[in-house]
Order: sequence, then structure tokens, then C-alpha cells
Amino acid sequence: MSAVAVSVSTPEARKARRETLRQLARSKTFVAGNIIAIFWVFCAVFGYRIAPHDPLAQAFPQLIGMSGSHLFGTDQLGRDVFSRVLTGARDILLIVPAATLLGIVGGTTIGLITGYFRGFVDDAISRVVDAVLALPLIVIAVTVLVALGHSTGTLIVVIGLVFTPIVSRTVRAAVLAERQLDYVSASQLSGERAPYIMFIEILPNVMGPIIVEGTVRLGYAIFAVAGLTFLGFGVQPPSPDWALQIADNYPLLGTGTYWWTVLFPALAIVSLVVAVNLVADGLAKVLER
Amino acid sequence: MTDGTGPQAAALELTDLQVVYRVRGIDRPVLRSVSLTIGRGQTYGLVGESGSGKSTTALAVVGYLPSNGRVTSGSIRVAGREVVGLKGSELRRLRAHDLSMVYQNPGQALNPSIRVGDQVAEVFRTGGAPRAEARERAQGALAKVQIADPGSVMGRYPHQLSGGMQQRVVIAMALANDPALLILDEPTTSLDATIEAEVLDLIQLLQSEFQSSVLFISHNLGVIAKMCERVGVLYAGRMVEEGPVQTVLNEPRHPYTVGLLRCIPRGGARKDQGRLDTIPGFMASIDEQLPACVFADRCALAQDICRTDEPPMHQITADHSSRCHFHERARDLPRATPRDLGQPFVVDRKQTPMLRVNDLAKLYNQHGHQINALVGVSTEIWPGETLGLVGESGSGKTTFAQTLLGLVAPSGGTVELDGRALAPRLFQRTQQDIRVLQIVFQNPDSALNRRHTVRRILRRSLKKLAGITGKAAEARLLELTGAVRLAARYLTVRPVQLSGGLKQRVAIARAFAGEPRLVICDEPTSSLDVSVQAAILNLLVELQAERKVAYLFISHDLGVVRYISDRIAVLYLGRLMELGPAQVVFGAPHHPYTEALLSAVPTIDGGGRERIKLSGEIPSAAAPPSGCVFHTRCHRFLGKICEEQEPPLVEVEAGHQMRCHIPIEELRRIQVKPKEVSTSEAR
Repeated sequence: MSAVAVSVSTPEARKARRETLRQLARSKTFVAGNIIAIFWVFCAVFGYRIAPHDPLAQAFPQLIGMSGSHLFGTDQLGRDVFSRVLTGARDILLIVPAATLLGIVGGTTIGLITGYFRGFVDDAISRVVDAVLALPLIVIAVTVLVALGHSTGTLIVVIGLVFTPIVSRTVRAAVLAERQLDYVSASQLSGERAPYIMFIEILPNVMGPIIVEGTVRLGYAIFAVAGLTFLGFGVQPPSPDWALQIADNYPLLGTGTYWWTVLFPALAIVSLVVAVNLVADGLAKVLER
Repeated sequence: MTDGTGPQAAALELTDLQVVYRVRGIDRPVLRSVSLTIGRGQTYGLVGESGSGKSTTALAVVGYLPSNGRVTSGSIRVAGREVVGLKGSELRRLRAHDLSMVYQNPGQALNPSIRVGDQVAEVFRTGGAPRAEARERAQGALAKVQIADPGSVMGRYPHQLSGGMQQRVVIAMALANDPALLILDEPTTSLDATIEAEVLDLIQLLQSEFQSSVLFISHNLGVIAKMCERVGVLYAGRMVEEGPVQTVLNEPRHPYTVGLLRCIPRGGARKDQGRLDTIPGFMASIDEQLPACVFADRCALAQDICRTDEPPMHQITADHSSRCHFHERARDLPRATPRDLGQPFVVDRKQTPMLRVNDLAKLYNQHGHQINALVGVSTEIWPGETLGLVGESGSGKTTFAQTLLGLVAPSGGTVELDGRALAPRLFQRTQQDIRVLQIVFQNPDSALNRRHTVRRILRRSLKKLAGITGKAAEARLLELTGAVRLAARYLTVRPVQLSGGLKQRVAIARAFAGEPRLVICDEPTSSLDVSVQAAILNLLVELQAERKVAYLFISHDLGVVRYISDRIAVLYLGRLMELGPAQVVFGAPHHPYTEALLSAVPTIDGGGRERIKLSGEIPSAAAPPSGCVFHTRCHRFLGKICEEQEPPLVEVEAGHQMRCHIPIEELRRIQVKPKEVSTSEAR
């Protein structure tokens, strides 16, 4: 008995969790992604306090180049680009996690239902999912936003709903594999009802893929919000949002001189997307074994 | 065979081989000074339970240790050539010319996207043969392994072949380069008994033809007894006993070997003769400090000296040695488990049966094909008895169990509990009916939710099945874990931290949470080592004696079925071929299919029965043969009547039903009772 007994105790469960964390800490991609992402979250929260100038004040000469007092220059309305980049993360970092969360919750529920019940339920719901997947995200979003008018809430709901079927596919695949395992039959043979089996028995076992899918979705959500904003359906002026800055200033690119007004907000978007994807990669390697 | 190594050199020579695995920065020994010699043309068996280092030995020889493993000292000589430290092209040349390995799972050893012919031909191409010649020789190689119609098999993909055929292809590839050493790592473990017997026959035949030297790794002592000349017993990476197979198995001189042999239900052992013996404790895990004698902690003969002085390899005879200070007393090893159960088994057949199955049928529709998984199965189960269910894979054993449980709805027939028909689907059944019928699954890893603790799993079952919550539940929980001999400290643990045997105890506890009346045991011990299997069988038997629970025991291991069952049902292609008391079905006369199944099992004691070769493999249930479904493989085939008329299932003797055209008197005459009723098997 002693053989196993020695290594078995409650701290073991915690040890397993600590081991996962340690593996994540050892993953360079995960750590690098997190550093960048946390930097932007910090800016979203405290950006207005640390910015050297008021990002909304049109207080400076227009379109002056990079200098000591204006690190990234000023835009065509005479606003400080550096301050606007630092503060521009706020809207996107509110909308993106909320929309992703909505998509994950909805997708997980649908994925659990289709994967668990299979058969007719699965066929019916999956056809609808396929139909939604066939339409480009931006087209659906623009249509809905035009019809309902744009507000941050609508934007969150639209992106969340568009993500739902995508997430549901991933979850469904994981649930189908899990469904084959005998513990599901065993729960049925204890007289458990479907919701209990789906959410209490199966859900904890498919959390790995769901978390990974969630981080991947975060990246796409940033694209979606930025894209919609650029087209004028997302975040509205006078927010210093990055995509809004690009939309405002990109006509100037043709002149070839005022590139800083577009480059720095664009780099900010890129760095955030890359960071989120690095985190997703690191998580996927550790959680999906 | 260059660099001056003569043909006299042994095929494989391991000298004091030490292998370590690096786990969390610390080197953990997995092979401790293993030495062995395999002569030319010899077959050497390596046995031991999981974790003993069998596979590590094989991997070390082929230079294929996992990235955290390495040979720290000792030497490995293949055909006289040192292979430790070989790298790159030299190692490749060794693998291409001198070594071949056959793994347990043939499905994974073949590339699923390359045609069989091309895969086999590739081996000859590597040897330098031009394309056309390679294909020709590939076809010859397939013919050598007795694949019927090798020409058409060449053009097929691996998934289109059965497991037995796949393993033949792998063997053909392994023998293609005429290796100095062939390593077989559990080559038949994933195959059915009848197919296993054929593959073993084939290996024997090829071995005598090619004069190859074989390292045969198996946990199955019966297979080792059949195949090998010499055997080495490994425990915790240490060779504890070595010698000629018959000597080691009949006159073992190490307490571990003695214990292993006693764990196996053999020689027709039955539960009413008492418990099986077990080996106390567990195999040490890799990160544990072991005493001087690695087996001392589990050995009833151990004295102080065993913990301080490492026993030398005692030479008992010229070719038999044992690493035990007390090898002379090994055979007097005291039993670890008392034989006496203290309670008799009572089955009152005068009562009405608790469960009656009438004409149960299950028809699956698959891609337009109709598959008869079950055809008109009728039987009864009385309280407190065990009905054993045997048959090859695809015979409908699991479908039968799932239909009884309501996990699958039957397409015909009924299941009656106490004379009252049960609803066909689980969700239509009352909680009372669900509670009565429970199951212990084959694979405890899959049967227990890996995210829940043992306490949570069992508390939930108590709540749902017995309706007990709160303080009362905690008391019942302890009572339940006590009944399955599971220490209370495991309650806080998740399944992943338990060994296979402990997991199965949790699964058994869950099945017994609501005082079930029939527990279906679906191969509950087939994923376990023999010493753990013995303990689980003992537990099931004790629970039955105490609680008068009935079992439906599904297994392909006939020794185990025979040990635990009162009656046996034999299924073939979803049809009941024979049903009767265990002694009657296992004795003679019996159905020709049963006869063939019994003869396929390799026994430790050897002999007993003459091998009956079944021709071919189990036919597809989508297109079952006409007449008697067994006629295509039957060695007692009568003629037209078998092809045209399906024989009815008739009671040939009191309580003994059989589905065969041959009259019972005739079967009694032609089926000679073996001298010793031996169905012993080691799995």
C-alpha cells in the first residue's frame, strides 16, 4: 500500500495545477504575449493619466513630425498621436472581451447540446450553424448595425452572436469525443439528467479547447472591431480608438509625408493581435497536449 | 555481420544493462543490471507486469528510448556487435539489416495512407532491390505469412484489413530483411483468442523456417509457455528469475514468479473453491527508493537481509537462476490472501429468475446495411449467480449488455425484471429500475470522470442511486469504500492519481452504491495486470457471496470466466450458440465453436487439448452466412444441412442448450474429454 500512498494526497491536485502554470511560465510565446497584452490593458485603464497630453485636445499645430514633445507627431486636427495611441486601447479592450465571452458562452451551450444529443437535434442545429458560417462576419455585422443603429452594446452582441456558431463547432467536436467515454454512460446509469451530464460531467473535461478557442476568438474579435470601426460602424468619434485614427488619417497617406498618423495606431493593433495569438499558442500547447 | 563477428555470436547479448529515465531533473533507474543472452535461433520470453521494464529493454536494444531515457552502463550486443552509442547512419543500418520489431498494435504500425503492397515493398527497396523486384518479393513475403490472395491484399489500405491480417503484414515486413533478431512486443495482445492462436502458430512456423532469434515480450504466461524456450522474469527493472520455460513455470524459485503463477485462475479453478492468491502491495513507482532486493516490500519471505544485502543471481541448475536469498523456500511462499471465503454461494434456481430476457434482438442500420448485432437471445439470470458471456469481438457481447442496461434500445424482444417488462430506454425507466442494473466498465480510465474526486463521484452515486445525502451519506461512503477495500485517504484524490486496480475499485464501488441486484462486468480485469486482476476477482466474488448480487460477466479470458461463472453463454454473430452450467460448457460435449475457442487458448501447463484451427475470421454481421452462421468456419461441418438450415437452440441436457445439427450423443463420442480439464490461461 505504501507505494502509492506516499505520492497520494490532496496537495497532489494542487500540484497538478501548479505544474500546468509552471509549463505556461516556461513557454516563451505565452510569457511574451502576456507582457504585451498586459501592457495594453494597463494603458486602457490608466492611459488618460499617463498620457503626456490630452488625447482629445486639438491644442497643437497640425501634422507636425516626430519630436521630443510629440513622440509620434500630431494628426490633422492637431492632436498628440502618442497620447492617442496610449489611450486608444480602451474601447476595443472593452468590446472585444465582452463579445468573445458572449460567443464562448453561447457556443459552448450549443456545442454541448449538439455534441451530447447528436442525432436529429445535432443535424437541425448544425445546419443553421453551417448557414451562418457561410456568411462573412463583416457583412452580417454591417447589416445588423445599419438596421439597429450602432451602439457599443449592439456591437458586442453582434460579434458575440457571429462567434457563437464558430465556437460551437469546436466545442461540439470535443464533446463528441468525450461522449464516447464510459463515464457519460455511467452518469446516465445513475439516473442523471442531460443538463447535469452536459454541464457538470462533460464541461470541465472540455475546458481546455474552450479556453484555447476563446483566446483565438479574442484575436479575431480585435480584427472585427477594428475593421467595423474603420468602416464607420464600430467605435465612434471622438474616441482615440486606433482604427478610428487610421480611418481619419489614411487619406493623408497618399501624400507620402504624414505616415506617422497611421503607422503608430496600426502597429498598436498589430501588437495586440500578435500578443493575443502568442498567448493562444502557448495555451494550446499546454492545455491540448 | 561485418567487423569480424562470426555467425557463432549470440543474436542478442545484454550485459549489466542500466537504463535511466530523467524525470523532473532526476535520473530514475528503470533497468537495473539486466543481463541476458539469446542464442541463434532461440526464442526468449520476457515477462513481468506493467512498469517492470519489458518494453524499455526492447526500446534500448533498437536504440529507440524516449528522449529522457538513456543507457548509463552495460552493453547491448546484437549479433556480436555493440549497439550502445550507435548514431545516425550506423543506427539506421542496424535497424535496416539486423533488427526488426513488431509492436502490440498493428493498426498503428502501418501507415494508413499507403497501400499494403507499397509498404512491404519499401522494406525491400531499402535493401536495394529495384521497384519491380521489390513488389514481387513483397508479394512473396505476404504469401509467406499465409495471407490468402496476397495479390489483392497488396492493393488494399491497412484499414481494409482485420487486426489479424494487419499483424501478419507487420510480421511479413519484420521478416523481410532476414533480421538477426526479431523483437515481438506483445504481438497478439490486441487480438481475439482464435486469431491470436493463428498468429502464434504462424510465428512458430516462420521461426523454424527462418531460424530467426526472437525476443518475445508478453505479460501472458500461457503465450510465453507456448512460444519460448527460455524465459526471464523482470520485476522493477531487475531480472529476478531466468531459466527454461518449463522449469520456471513448473518449479519457480523466486517468490515473485510464484506469486504471479498463483494469481492466475488455472487448472479449471472456480470461485467456490475459494479466493485466488494475490501479491500484496503495488509495483513501486519510478521515483521510489527500493530496498536491496527490489521485491522485498511485497515478499512474505523477506527478512532483514533482503533490505540490506542485494541477493546475487543464485545458480540453481546450470541454466536456471533466481535472484533470491531464500530461493529454496520460494515455493512455500505463504498465501497473501486466505482461500476460505467464509460464506457459501447460494443460487436458488427454484425461485423465479430475477431477470428474464426474451428473444432480444438488435438491428443496426449502417450506411444502408442492416447489421444484426443480436438475434433472438433468450436467457434468465437468478439472484446471486454469475452468467459468463464469451465470444470473439463482433459477437454481440457488448450490445447485449447495453441493451439490458437500456443504453441501446432493442429492436425486438423484452427484458423482464421480476416478471415485469422493463422500458427499453434508460430515460423511460424509473429510478428504481435504473438502480437495480449497474455496470463495471472495462476501462476504468474512461469510466471515471477525470475532473472529479473519488469522493465526489461516489457521493453523487449515493445521492442518485440510494437517495442518501448529508451526514448519512458520509457514513455510507466509508462503508462502501470499506466494502471494496479502498482506503479512505483516496477519497480526496482524482482518478488520474490512482493505479488501474484502485480505479477499478472506485468503479465497482459506484456500481454497488445503490445495492444493485445485477451488475454487468464488461471485461473488468482485461486492462489490469494479473496480480491486480486476482485482487479484483476476489473482490467481486466476496461481494457476491455477501450480497447475493448477480453478475453478467463478459470476458474473452476463458480462465477468468470459468473461475467466476456459474453458467456460461457463448455468443457468435449475435446468436446464442450454447448456454449451460460452466462445468458442462467447459467440459465435453460442447458446441464445436466452444470447442474451438477453448482449444485456442494457450495454457501454462501446456497440452490438454488439441488445437482446432478455425478457418478464417468471424464473418461480417452485415452478411451472415446462410443456415448455421458458424458453418463457414466449423471443423465439424456436416454438409448441406448446415448451409441451408439454421439449427434451433434446443435443450440437449438438463439446463444445457445448444444450437447445432450434430446430436449430443455424437458430440459426446467425438469430443474426447481432455485428461486434465485445463483452461488455465494467463492474461
